Amino acid sequence: MMATTYTYYPGCSAGGVGRAFTESLYAVFERLGAGLEELEDWNCCGATAWPSVDQRQAYALSARNLALAEDRVPGPGPVDLVASCTGCYRALLKAQKALEAATPTSVRLRDALAAIGLEFTGRARVRHPVDILLNEIGLDRIREAVVRPLTGVRVASYYGCQLVRPFATFDDSRNPTSMDRLVEAVGAEPVDWPLKARCCGGSCYCGGPVIGAMPEATMQLSYALLREASKRGADVVVTICPLCEFNLEGFQDRMAKRFGHPLDMPIGFITQLIGLALGIDERALGIHRLLHWRLPERVPAGEEGGVHARA
Amino acid sequence: MPVESVLATRDHEVDRPSGRSSPRSGNHGKRTRWRPVKDQSKFEAQLDPGFAAEIAAEVEGGELLHQCIQCGTCSSVCPLSAYMDLTPRRLIAMTRAGARDDVLHSMTPWVCASCYACTVECPKRVPITEIMHALRRISLRERTYPRRFTTPVMTKAFVDMIHDRGRSTESWISLKLYLRTNPALLVKNAGIAGRLFRQGRLGITRARIRWRDDLRTLLEAVSA
Repeated sequence: MMATTYTYYPGCSAGGVGRAFTESLYAVFERLGAGLEELEDWNCCGATAWPSVDQRQAYALSARNLALAEDRVPGPGPVDLVASCTGCYRALLKAQKALEAATPTSVRLRDALAAIGLEFTGRARVRHPVDILLNEIGLDRIREAVVRPLTGVRVASYYGCQLVRPFATFDDSRNPTSMDRLVEAVGAEPVDWPLKARCCGGSCYCGGPVIGAMPEATMQLSYALLREASKRGADVVVTICPLCEFNLEGFQDRMAKRFGHPLDMPIGFITQLIGLALGIDERALGIHRLLHWRLPERVPAGEEGGVHARA
Repeated sequence: MPVESVLATRDHEVDRPSGRSSPRSGNHGKRTRWRPVKDQSKFEAQLDPGFAAEIAAEVEGGELLHQCIQCGTCSSVCPLSAYMDLTPRRLIAMTRAGARDDVLHSMTPWVCASCYACTVECPKRVPITEIMHALRRISLRERTYPRRFTTPVMTKAFVDMIHDRGRSTESWISLKLYLRTNPALLVKNAGIAGRLFRQGRLGITRARIRWRDDLRTLLEAVSA
């Protein structure tokens, strides 16, 4: 199959807490024969902060990224802009829909883009890495590339809020399963849990303990997630949002103190999990940037000395 | 209001489920007032009948607001409704009733985490999260937002940074935020910052884009 190169939008957190996500994403895509090329001179997507000040300007910020992506790839075909951070994904997708609609806002945005010599023709499509892995690269190709199947590892996939809401583009917004299918493809065992798309409280808006808006609220939300995951026997929780990852990982000691229950749940990114199964070096995946990471060695149920899933 | 009392207000009144240990009974106790509404809209004369239409015009699909059946699904799926002074359902009802002052002084839009659970679940497809954003816009414009609550301060710091540099840097945003809201957090979170630094996850260099003038031209062109 011909190697495809995707335009990549890392988002602001890629330079900070989400660094491991970007690193592992590059490594996994390369191993699977798909290229990623960073969008040149990308700017902030506007997140949820800019719509709280000016909606049209927020659209314009994202529109510039979409137009830059179109500018980069010549030809009439569609341009896939891969946004890894879920906040960016939602913001860019919202702008894409606003540009595509036949509304005065769309006209205004196109005029504003023309003022800086850019154009949106409708070729740019915002995609998420999970979408690409599942629907473009495909589970078969991932299964073939697995060299170290993560047999017996019970993985709870945490989708966070904005990947599947408000736009359910490639998955269901109430019970998403895309990551669970990826987890299954690398030989691990997905854990079914109902809180997989419930808010973790880590968004800029909720604050997270680090921002300090409502530390108590955030801790309650994250604690509920982690407790439920560990009650259902998860060995590890994987996510796709840099903010969720940091929020769930960084405050387990404080939560343990607050709720009087020891917590030591490994949190990582789905791309890191896939990367490990593909036999990629831990350093290249940014595993050393995680706090609690460890994977149990487990003999699957049904084999000699095996453990049952709900043991 | 002195800083200490604002911070105390925040800790004791906002940051706990509103149903419990409220100092006063009734709905008034639920509201955290950094600056209380002097006249609550108890009388018809205090209502602004055009408020719902104003919000509807601000939001795409906002006219669906009038279709709300007050089922309360939004409040029940909202992960943060326990921390809000007006639950989403009440907020929509009061918006429709025209209780402009109460709605704009509410903490609810600033507590909302934009997780879109309400928007997805609403049987009438009211774009509730977008309405929250619209309320934030109006309250920023009319300066009715909670002055030292983290979210509006964060919004402003974030927007300023993007306007100047085109990208944000988490560490600098947090630093600004601590200095403007609660400097004690600088000490409290120093350990986390140190850990992130050792893991190479604390971006210290302030990122910026090359064509900053383009970005500014674009922003001016779109709001012209």
